[in-house]
Amino acid sequence: MAVITIREALNQALAEEMRRDENVFLMGEEVAAYQGAYKVTKGLLQEFGEKRVIDTPIVELGFAGLGVGAAMAGLRPVVEFMTFNFSILATDQIINSAAKMLYMSGGQFNIPIVFRGPNGSAFQVSSQHSQALESWYAYFPGIKVVMPSTAADAKGLLKSAIRDDNPVIFMEQERMYGNKGEVPEDEDFTIPLGVADIKREGKDATIVARSLMVPVALKAAEELEKQDVSCEVIDPRTIRPLDIETIINSVKKTNRLVIAEESHPFCGVAAEISAEVMERAFDYLDAPVRRVTGADVPMPYAKNLENLAIPGVKQIVDAVREVAYI
Amino acid sequence: MATQVVMPKLSPTMEEGQLARWLKKEGDKVSMGEPLAEIDTDKATMEMQSLGNGVLRKILIQEGESAPLGQIIAIIGEPDEDISALLAQAQSGASASSDKASSKAAPEEADAGEAPSAAQQEASGGEAPEPSSGNGAGARQDGSADGGRLVVSPIAARMAAEAGINLRSLTGSGPSGRIIKRDIEEAIKAVGAQAKEAPARSLRAVEPTTPAQQPEITGASPYRDEPMSEMRRVIARRLVTSIGPIPHFFLTTEIEMDNVAEMRASIKALDPELKISVNDIIIKVAAAALIEHPQVNASFQEKTIRYYERADIGVAVAIEDGLITPVIRSADRKSLSQIAAEVRELAERARSRRLKPEEYTGATFSISNLGMFGITEFTAVINPPEAAILAVGEMKPVPVVRNGQVVTRQIMRVTMSCDHRVIDGATGAQFLQTFKRILENPLYLIV
Repeated sequence: MAVITIREALNQALAEEMRRDENVFLMGEEVAAYQGAYKVTKGLLQEFGEKRVIDTPIVELGFAGLGVGAAMAGLRPVVEFMTFNFSILATDQIINSAAKMLYMSGGQFNIPIVFRGPNGSAFQVSSQHSQALESWYAYFPGIKVVMPSTAADAKGLLKSAIRDDNPVIFMEQERMYGNKGEVPEDEDFTIPLGVADIKREGKDATIVARSLMVPVALKAAEELEKQDVSCEVIDPRTIRPLDIETIINSVKKTNRLVIAEESHPFCGVAAEISAEVMERAFDYLDAPVRRVTGADVPMPYAKNLENLAIPGVKQIVDAVREVAYI
Repeated sequence: MATQVVMPKLSPTMEEGQLARWLKKEGDKVSMGEPLAEIDTDKATMEMQSLGNGVLRKILIQEGESAPLGQIIAIIGEPDEDISALLAQAQSGASASSDKASSKAAPEEADAGEAPSAAQQEASGGEAPEPSSGNGAGARQDGSADGGRLVVSPIAARMAAEAGINLRSLTGSGPSGRIIKRDIEEAIKAVGAQAKEAPARSLRAVEPTTPAQQPEITGASPYRDEPMSEMRRVIARRLVTSIGPIPHFFLTTEIEMDNVAEMRASIKALDPELKISVNDIIIKVAAAALIEHPQVNASFQEKTIRYYERADIGVAVAIEDGLITPVIRSADRKSLSQIAAEVRELAERARSRRLKPEEYTGATFSISNLGMFGITEFTAVINPPEAAILAVGEMKPVPVVRNGQVVTRQIMRVTMSCDHRVIDGATGAQFLQTFKRILENPLYLIV
């Protein structure tokens, strides 16, 4: 297996799927001539030409709608948002059109579209450009939400997302584009949507983490191992549909749950998981479910404050110690 | 941020508590969960834990003083924190509502300084993982607190049920005494260790013991330790508080019960459905005698002697692993059939442990009857704050001399234990005289 970055893994997935199916095409700001704001689309214009790799004007609502229309007409668009912060402008097309078309057309129109781009914090880009929006999109029936944390997951999940006949929100993380990992070279390597991955096995406490929080949770688990606390780290990978069974089974084993997320706490994905666990595994809990989340403030610009607003290893370690009563 | 310490509710019937001993003095550092003081409740002396971190800034009631539930009795805060607002509130006699108290403190702090918003944010506790609500409200007590709510994690409750472990016999190691998985695992381990020894013992027991194999008995007796139930703990604590500080004396008399026996037979003939026991009659008669002798229907208080208006009779009922005394209120005014029905119903619920606290507390006098076990006479331990208890023995035919003739009579011996601080020998004797007179001539009950 080759060791490549998440950026390269995403690029491979796009190229492979475009080779595999000529209906797949790419659209977004700076995806073609500039090779992508984060170079995820590097080399694609050269290989597939300007009919399939299209630079759009800075008008998210417009090109998102164009994508939905193309999907209705039988193509399989991949729409890149330079970051998901800008997808806020396109929410009418994503939520009102893409998510609802299959239902409102009585099953006549599938929308096989992928909206992808980085989500969450970057490096000092302040309040408007550092938002984690997964709970927004996961809220609506009709859209799938995917958040990979490793190079292999990024490749396998993006390929599945492109092959899926429904709208998929595919959320990358700017801080993680350079993270490296082993990735299978097989062109048919895919990872099914809706299946969680146990990143580390343990028996004393379960940590559920996604995206940026997965490597942080794994570091926390290493730290806790030294303190004789064995942690199971679960990455749901897909937020909707959520593989709650894997989480429930883990909680039944460990009896303690910490959920780490980069997003704001209020009405977040952790709140949803916490409620599900309470409903389905209440009798197995030995401690209240504990959330570790981003601060409930707009992201500060100052570097020191930005660091304080994003959960780190220490907060996760402390939370696990709390639920493990040590 | 400063926290008010209020008089906590440490027993289901507690209305006020007396401060027995401060375990910290002003200026001492205290942390959450640390014992702060010992409080005398109506039932026992209980430890009160600190619900805040910081320094014990101010003690507001002294040892020996009492305070009603919810009254502010101390303040915990940072060493240099301004607590004048809380003090003023305490002195105005307001009972604490912690939420109000903590939200009140923050803006005042801000007013005092230049009130920068950042400081205010810090004051409202970005660091504190626990919201301050609930502090000082006295709601969070030790999980296994006497008769209080058990605080148990769901998995611990489930494991205990599966392993047949009585949660009330455990002390929780989690926050605020929460019983957690670890506590159950340890209890299971302890039970397992005992079980391992048990088969060896029982095996030895069934071995035939021929004279040659007669084991030599030397040294101390072997024994096994079993965890004490919460009820056994309460009994122990209460009885020690009785026989220790209460000067008991005992009065015994013999009572001819033939007329009572005859009356029972007549009642039965009247209506076979009416089941009146001798004990039901004793309850009624004792209540009647108490109304005639209010000096016995009394209680020793620290500075006063309390005389009760009603004769509320506590009836000791043996239940698995202990005893409990359900109370027949105003027994002097109730008919025998009412008393009989009430005793039966309360005893039944006592055995299935479904009595409400108000049904077994607050008697003015108690009766303990061991006649059914063939006990001729015995002495009972007073159930404070009552001043007396009547121990009733077996009723049996005994040859006695009447008018120079030896005849048999149904004789019952009763012994009254008296609190000498309230009842003197003669007072007690007069009460017993009345009791005896009515019991020997139960028609007195209706004339």
